Amino acid sequence: MSEQATAPVVRLDHVARVYHAGSISIPAVRDISLEIHPRVFSMIVGPSGSGKTTLLNMIGCIDVPDSGQIEVRGENVLRLSDNALADFRARNIGYVFQSFNLIPVLSAFENVEYPLLLLNVPPAERRRRTLAMLEAVGLETQAKQRPNELSGGQKQRVAIARALVKEPAVVLADEPTANLDSVTGTAIITLMRQMQESFHTSFIFSTHDPRLMAEADQTFSIRDGMLV
Amino acid sequence: MLFRLAIRNISRNRRRSIMTASLVAMGALALLLFGAFTTYIFAGLETGLVQRGGHLAVYRQGYFLFGPGNPAAYGIDDHAAVMRAFQDDTVLKGMINVMTPTQAVVGIAGNFSGGISASKTFFGVGLVGADLERMRQWDEHGAARPYVPDDRLSDPNASRGVIGRGVARMLGLCEPLHVSNCPSPEHQPQVSGAAAPLDPALADLAKEDLASQPATNGAPRIDLLSATANGAPNIVSLDVAGIDTQTVKELDDNYVAMPLALAQQLVYGRSEHKVTGIVLQLHHTADVPVARARLLAMIAERHLPLEVRDYKELNPFFVQVVGLFSLIFLFLALIMVMIVLFAVVNTMTMNVLERTAEIGTIRAMGVRRASVRRLFLAEGAMLGAFGASLGVVMAFIAIALINHAGFQWTPPGNTDAIPFQLAWPTRPALLVGTWLGLVLVATLAALPPANRAAKSRIVDALRHV
Repeated sequence: MSEQATAPVVRLDHVARVYHAGSISIPAVRDISLEIHPRVFSMIVGPSGSGKTTLLNMIGCIDVPDSGQIEVRGENVLRLSDNALADFRARNIGYVFQSFNLIPVLSAFENVEYPLLLLNVPPAERRRRTLAMLEAVGLETQAKQRPNELSGGQKQRVAIARALVKEPAVVLADEPTANLDSVTGTAIITLMRQMQESFHTSFIFSTHDPRLMAEADQTFSIRDGMLV
Repeated sequence: MLFRLAIRNISRNRRRSIMTASLVAMGALALLLFGAFTTYIFAGLETGLVQRGGHLAVYRQGYFLFGPGNPAAYGIDDHAAVMRAFQDDTVLKGMINVMTPTQAVVGIAGNFSGGISASKTFFGVGLVGADLERMRQWDEHGAARPYVPDDRLSDPNASRGVIGRGVARMLGLCEPLHVSNCPSPEHQPQVSGAAAPLDPALADLAKEDLASQPATNGAPRIDLLSATANGAPNIVSLDVAGIDTQTVKELDDNYVAMPLALAQQLVYGRSEHKVTGIVLQLHHTADVPVARARLLAMIAERHLPLEVRDYKELNPFFVQVVGLFSLIFLFLALIMVMIVLFAVVNTMTMNVLERTAEIGTIRAMGVRRASVRRLFLAEGAMLGAFGASLGVVMAFIAIALINHAGFQWTPPGNTDAIPFQLAWPTRPALLVGTWLGLVLVATLAALPPANRAAKSRIVDALRHV
């Protein structure tokens, strides 16, 4: 394996995040250092309020720590300007949200196509990759349907396709099975595992779903903002 | 994708978007209808003024300020040569529709026929009837009333003219002239208006003059007394062919129009017959600045003691009406802008609030702040564009309906009711200005909500329910 292939895709070094509510300071993440390896299923697990989502947000470059360093694909993301950070997210990070967060006015096809538009992918290639991704998640026949015409499982499949269509280095998924029934949740976990293996991508989850935790290649337990 | 998203987002909450676009449409409709109305008013007024007095008038220097009180002292020397020079000029030749001399005259008019002895001051004008008729057919804006030929001043050598309704009333001529809505005094006045009592000797002279010249066609005859350029009193007789009601009462009470030769005879007697003004009616009002500049240049080249005045200077009422209606239009536009502003701000603020989580999602996916701002600005612009376009269509339909409804009204500067018409808002400044203005206002109104959306923190936006 080359050095690049074995280098951590995410590296956190003494990262801390404190929320302020008036005069009260609430530490959400305290002095966490970790490394996440490429092409693995990583889990950040812990009870509600333990700081999982805050940690995931900082890894996903949508929140900024009060102290410490964060590197994603070797890039110190804290040094990037707001626009550069947006471009970095567009190229390297995919998101799967608990509530799917599809754009309601766009069809399944357009939702999946959207990240490629941000990367200025030519139309023909955009269409080819979008259709291939919809086919990979089993939704080629639902391409023209809007989110409100899809079931919860189908919405999450569209969200997974949207996250993966740009072939990012990291896919972040915040409680991706929390809003799904057990059968659909299991199917989604299986799909994500298949996709992770097919696309050689790193998946990082925050979850307390035992079925999802059972799939983990790498697990980080967090409690009261600290790794345990 | 930006416009696709913007259009679909607008249609997401149809009722709200339709209400907002309707308000914009109402703004466009109000502005275009009022604009069409003012355009029609301005065109009608300008047409009336230009038909009567032309676009430009050349006077002897000082006449505009001091001449009307003593026109005999402000005659233009060798006016025929001056007019020939203007007519032959290569620049002016193509612009001039009619060029005609006029002679102003002030004095006392008296009616001593049929036992009546009434007199009053008058302000008269000597005209070339044929030129006046050609001027009355000018209709650049399509705003003129249908042309009805009037031959009452057509014979240049005749002593036939017209007077204002007020002059007819005060000289006791309403009945002989069969003028409706023109009462006769219960007691025959000996003097009227501001005129001084006519000297008995002059009255006798007038009566003699009247007796020596029988009236033609049974028209009532009045005598016009004025001072010649030499200061001597002079009298001519005028057969009153009818009345020509003036829109301003003060003018109507003093107006007498007569053939140019008769006015010159009254003012200059046996001296050289001059004129007080050379009136130029152009084919197009837009040529006024160029024509005026050319006239001034020619006057300067020839060292002539002349001045040039345009129809706006000669008719300050027109400028005041234009100013008044423009101010009302501006006031209306401000109200419409405020309504559109608040409507769009409200709608876009609601849109941003409802889509906060969506904003967080696209920002997390890599959309820049500026792109979020652009998205909401595009939605505001499209709401404005839909509304303004709808308003334009509604305005054209409303104008067509109004113009075919057969309404009548008496506009300022007119004496009779005329069809109420609205001008088609084809002026780019009005049509494009209104459309672009409202779209711009709607876009600007979307700016505060768009900024709020762009500045929201991603994690906060994603947490928004």
